[in-house]
Amino acid sequence: MRSTGTAAPPRRRRGNRGTDRPAQALVLSLPASLIVGLLFVVPLGLLVWMSMTDWPLLGEPSFVGLAQYGAILDGPLFLDAVWFTVRYTVITTVILTVVALGLALLVQQTRLGTGLLRTAFFLPASMGLAVASLLWFALYSDEVGPLSDLLMAVGLVDEPVNWLGTPGGALWSTVLMVLWRFAGFYMIILLTGLQSIPTQVYEAARIDGAGWWRTFTGVTLPLLRPTLALVLVLSVTGSLLAFEQFYVLTGGGPDNSTVTVVATIFRQAFTLFDLSRAAAMSVVVLIALVLANIVQLSLIRKGGDS
Amino acid sequence: MRKKRVRRRVGTVLVAAMLTAACGGGEVGDPDAATGQTLTIWTRAATEAQTRGFVEAYNELGRNQVELTVVPNDTYLQQVATAAGGRSLPDLLGADVVYARNFIRHGFYTDISERLAETGLVEHLAPAHLDAGTADGAHHAVPHTLDLSLIFYNKVLYREAGLDPEQPPTSLPEMMAHAEAISALGGEVSGTYFGGNCPGCLLFTLWPMVWADGGEILTADGTASAMDSQTMGPVFQAYRDAFADGLAPASAAQENGISWLQPFAEGRIGVAPLGSTMLRLMPEHEGLEIGVAPIRGMAGGESTFVGGDVLGITSTSTKTAAAWDFLSWTLSADVQREVLTSGGDVSVRTDLEPTGPDGVGLPDERLRTFHEVVEVGRVPTAINFGATFNDPQGPWLQFARSAIFGPESVEEAVASFRPRLDSSLDVAG
Repeated sequence: MRSTGTAAPPRRRRGNRGTDRPAQALVLSLPASLIVGLLFVVPLGLLVWMSMTDWPLLGEPSFVGLAQYGAILDGPLFLDAVWFTVRYTVITTVILTVVALGLALLVQQTRLGTGLLRTAFFLPASMGLAVASLLWFALYSDEVGPLSDLLMAVGLVDEPVNWLGTPGGALWSTVLMVLWRFAGFYMIILLTGLQSIPTQVYEAARIDGAGWWRTFTGVTLPLLRPTLALVLVLSVTGSLLAFEQFYVLTGGGPDNSTVTVVATIFRQAFTLFDLSRAAAMSVVVLIALVLANIVQLSLIRKGGDS
Repeated sequence: MRKKRVRRRVGTVLVAAMLTAACGGGEVGDPDAATGQTLTIWTRAATEAQTRGFVEAYNELGRNQVELTVVPNDTYLQQVATAAGGRSLPDLLGADVVYARNFIRHGFYTDISERLAETGLVEHLAPAHLDAGTADGAHHAVPHTLDLSLIFYNKVLYREAGLDPEQPPTSLPEMMAHAEAISALGGEVSGTYFGGNCPGCLLFTLWPMVWADGGEILTADGTASAMDSQTMGPVFQAYRDAFADGLAPASAAQENGISWLQPFAEGRIGVAPLGSTMLRLMPEHEGLEIGVAPIRGMAGGESTFVGGDVLGITSTSTKTAAAWDFLSWTLSADVQREVLTSGGDVSVRTDLEPTGPDGVGLPDERLRTFHEVVEVGRVPTAINFGATFNDPQGPWLQFARSAIFGPESVEEAVASFRPRLDSSLDVAG
């Protein structure tokens, strides 16, 4: 049994190579297609359908065409949220990339204690974002948080810092928390990129008499471009979809100054019970994200080719 | 301790239930309802203690089994919406009374008018709650638990400040005067406290100050605001002055409700409006001796916000008879006494005298004040209540913060936010 069973298939493959190949490819890709279809295409189709209907929580939906899309801009909250989210994305991405790159360069060479530093930098990334937000919420608290006391003790400030109480404070406090949570994660990605740069290139640069800055701008950055592209795409996408950190830390406040796009979708769906408009907003955000990524990748790739 | 108390209560309820059956009462409950079924019920964390009391006592009867799910207050709407969208609502659904209209409008509850009429209880249920659970003349939900807003004051600090601990404030200006006297004690002590970044805390405590003097917050149908600088203005101004004068700690401006209770419970606050269900959460200590009084208006009238939950049978439930059995049983006189009043809560029935477990004395005299204010209390109802007033992104919180903390004047804040409140409340819009 076993011998015929193992011998037969190769013969069949050899004999039918020309005619069966597409069919075979179809069969082999079927599991993946099924997963993509079930987990991505079907929900996406449902989302688009939902966005073109009046979808009650209980009862039958009715088709309304593109009316939900037209109504998105009715409330001022969504536009404010778009502006805030874009601002947050730019700030976070720039700071995060610079800090992560700095950390990666710091621990690039293997020296005494490097392993410890790498672990320490990466450790916050092992914590859930909601948990990290809660932790920082406690740190920032006037009542129980030690952060203000610490700054006062070392003489940096004279009175307790109003971390989350002002619009600017709420934004930068959240950026600080996100930096703590994600810098180590992006550091690991950049470290992998750094370590894939051949040492010979550095040696050649050194022989040519290049200093640290010249080597960094002439060798490291250009060769790190694909990795940086990945970091940028991840950071931009993640920041545009920011939700948990603001939900926990600021609740969108103070005075609606930190409401993100996803928070408005969440509010539309689960506070106003308006699933169809929330679906329309989600489709708009999806399109914006796809466009942002296309632009980003094409720019980076074009730069790389030239 | 707690277990013992629950067991004792359950025992009393059992005896009471048997007595009711023996007397052939049967005013409520349906012993013939399908038995042995398992029902599911959802309640907000805020009213968990009371609902759990009902469920445990009912399960002891052995007619049906009720499984309780407690959902955090902040995510209740989201969980209900998700369950409704997935047609997986529980058999019995509790709702913050101010959300009841919206739940009915979305078809979450089944019509129980006929069954409720048969019990003859309609005229004895807390009218404001019953009204909130009624739409187009049809009853969809019954009162379940009451949470009233009242003035809480710390008698220890009153004595230290030279005030009479048996004379709570009789008007809002007097409350602020007391707060000022207590603030003068200095140290960690403050005169008053409020949830300056908590929409629910603000409406729960400030609105009765307007009602007390005959003012209105909403139009009768709840589709527009009735607030103006004559009604809400003086209340906001009083709080604005109090905060500017340092009568409340600076953290009041960021208080989002999470630690609303803490400063008072620690004995650091002189006088502040809080909720009746919070009394049991604040054990007294040498720095805290709690007195309660009705919330007062500018001119000295009194009122309260009758919060809490209503309970209804969901439209997706397939066990309506058994669910009704539980629902109607919770309203029976003995169960109300054993589960609610003996535990320090307010009965949802207006025909019951507040009594302790033995049917006579109250376990806590402060409960008498709770029962008294129910009669003057109000429940505001509006379909878009949650999105307008309870949602941190709704217009109410921004309005209140603008009026209390500036930079606009109270009048300017009212003028600029009134249209936004109206458009948010407008159901058609």
